[in-house]
Amino acid sequence: MTDAGKIIAGIVLFLVIVTSPMWYQLVSGSTPGAPKLEMPVDVTDCVEGADYMRAFHMDLLNVWRDDVVREGDRIHVAPDGKEYDKSLSRTCMSCHSNKDAFCDRCHDYAGVKPYCWDCHVEPREQP
Amino acid sequence: MNALYAFITVVILYLVVYLGVGRMGLETFFGVVIPYAAIVLFLLGFVFRIFGWARSTVPFRIPTTSGQQKSLSFIKNNNLESPHNTVGVIGRMALEILFFRSLFRNTKAEVKDNERLVYGPDKWLWAGALVFHWSFLVVFVRHYRFFAEPVPGFILGLQSLDGIFQIGVPVVYLTGAALLAGVTFLFLRRVVIPQVRYISLPADYFPLFVIMMIAGSGLLMRHFYKVDIVNVKELAMGLVSFAPSVPEGLGFIFYVHLFFVSVLFAYFPFSKLMHLGGVFLSPTRNLANTNRVKRHINPWNYDVKTHTYEEYEDEFRDVMREAGLPLDKEESVLPLEKE
Ligand code: HEC
Ligand code: HEC
Ligand code: HEC
Ligand code: HEM
Repeated sequence: MTDAGKIIAGIVLFLVIVTSPMWYQLVSGSTPGAPKLEMPVDVTDCVEGADYMRAFHMDLLNVWRDDVVREGDRIHVAPDGKEYDKSLSRTCMSCHSNKDAFCDRCHDYAGVKPYCWDCHVEPREQP
Repeated sequence: MNALYAFITVVILYLVVYLGVGRMGLETFFGVVIPYAAIVLFLLGFVFRIFGWARSTVPFRIPTTSGQQKSLSFIKNNNLESPHNTVGVIGRMALEILFFRSLFRNTKAEVKDNERLVYGPDKWLWAGALVFHWSFLVVFVRHYRFFAEPVPGFILGLQSLDGIFQIGVPVVYLTGAALLAGVTFLFLRRVVIPQVRYISLPADYFPLFVIMMIAGSGLLMRHFYKVDIVNVKELAMGLVSFAPSVPEGLGFIFYVHLFFVSVLFAYFPFSKLMHLGGVFLSPTRNLANTNRVKRHINPWNYDVKTHTYEEYEDEFRDVMREAGLPLDKEESVLPLEKE
């Protein structure tokens, strides 16, 4: 085989790159599996069903934003008939008051960084 | 017709996931077995193909006429287009692999109004290919967030750059849209231009359709039929840590995405997609143009016993001088010494 050294080096590099998630997992030693989230203690229901919230909460927030800013419509009616103020800081964060241990923990795991907090106020740490 | 064959194949593959996951609930088979099989086939197939090529003989260096080669010192040479050393070869390879230098040279011949044949530049294929390949790479790299915990910082940086216009929530990634646009363009090029349609085979359309399915299902999954990303990551991390588990409630659209990705990977080594590895082995790109500077001897030449004239003269010098025959060495050396 001509240029055996270069070919083998190239193939090894290729294999390492393609299988890099495996090595990364070995080196970082992280446990696969979803992070533990801090759930609200005094309430049992979110503004929508939990399954829906897990997949669609960003769309809900987007709809809320448009409703409030463009239509002036501030009332969200939950499936159980309860009414909520359509607000990021005042509604979501009143129940999910620990942003670090809820929103951020999940977002860090999924690798998302919402830019909302450039403007919106995050709740302060409870003393 | 050829496009139709490829299309029907893709429809059949879609029916396979539809029946498998949508109807029969074979989540583990489609979420674990098929992806593992696909990646094994991809890696082994890829390595075999490369070794196959590496075993074949390297041809004589082929100078391409796109640049002045290195010769006399007062003639300016072009070390990128016609390199004479390793640095130049690396430069030419980098231009080829990163920016598709030779596609940039693409020309088209057209018969203009009064039957004149006109040659002109044609940069559309180059531009389309560049958009398609670069967005594919960025999308591919961004997916690392599903396979790495903690997510590396450069992935987050790439994501925020990719979503810089902050269109909608979740933000539209420019490369995701560009990938779909790029692959659609490459497909349209094949069906719209008659000459290109004539030479297009099912094997040309099939990868385009598969990538359309992947990009389409990915975009749908991000913006319309949501799936729980945390579950996706659990599945992905399970695969890379060899402790696969299939979370409940992953949407059907995710399995479509994953199945077509598996199809692409499994199909890869057996198809023209191997140009990913092949481009590194292109003789007209990766061999320095040193035809004049160095003597290249055919490696499998029969080892012929030679007796050059020089050696012949050395052997018979005295006899030749006595016989009054002209001698190369003495004649060329002596006059110089007399001066
Ligand atoms: C009234 C209190 C309350 C409000 C307001 C509220 N949540 Fe929740 N949220 C909960 C509770 C309680 C749960 C757990 C529900 C369950 O497990 O059935 C939950 C669950 C969730 C989950 C799913 C977490 C998981 O992993 O299961 C998400 C995501 C979420 N909420 C986001 C939001 C967002 C975004 C908002 C604002 C639009 C919001 N919540 C507003 C109480 C609330
Ligand atoms: C450039 C600054 C800015 C950014 C970034 C931003 N917002 Fe807002 N947002 C505003 C302003 C200003 C209002 C209007 C506040 C009002 O009228 O009560 C608003 C209102 C809202 C509202 C309704 C009112 C309320 O109290 O919450 C929602 C919901 C909302 N934004 C969600 C989001 C989400 C989700 C994101 C991130 C994807 C986001 N915003 C990013 C500035 C911003
Ligand atoms: C169960 C995990 C989870 C929890 C808890 C969670 N999120 Fe998310 N969030 C996600 C995922 C995953 C995405 C990205 C979805 C995607 O990429 O399609 C996301 C995306 C978003 C986005 C859109 C960001 C973008 O740029 O794409 C916003 C805004 C957001 N989340 C707000 C919140 C807020 C506010 C909370 C806390 C009240 C919260 N999320 C809690 C998982 C979670
Ligand atoms: C050849 C490989 C792949 C290509 C070209 C591809 C392409 C895409 C594209 C274009 C999107 C749209 C959103 C974006 O631009 O990021 C997307 C989304 C997505 N892909 Fe892939 N994909 C590939 C492999 C995979 C694999 C192996 C998985 C399994 C873990 C996967 C899971 C997802 C998920 C979950 C989304 C939705 C992301 C979100 O909601 O933010 N993809 N994909």
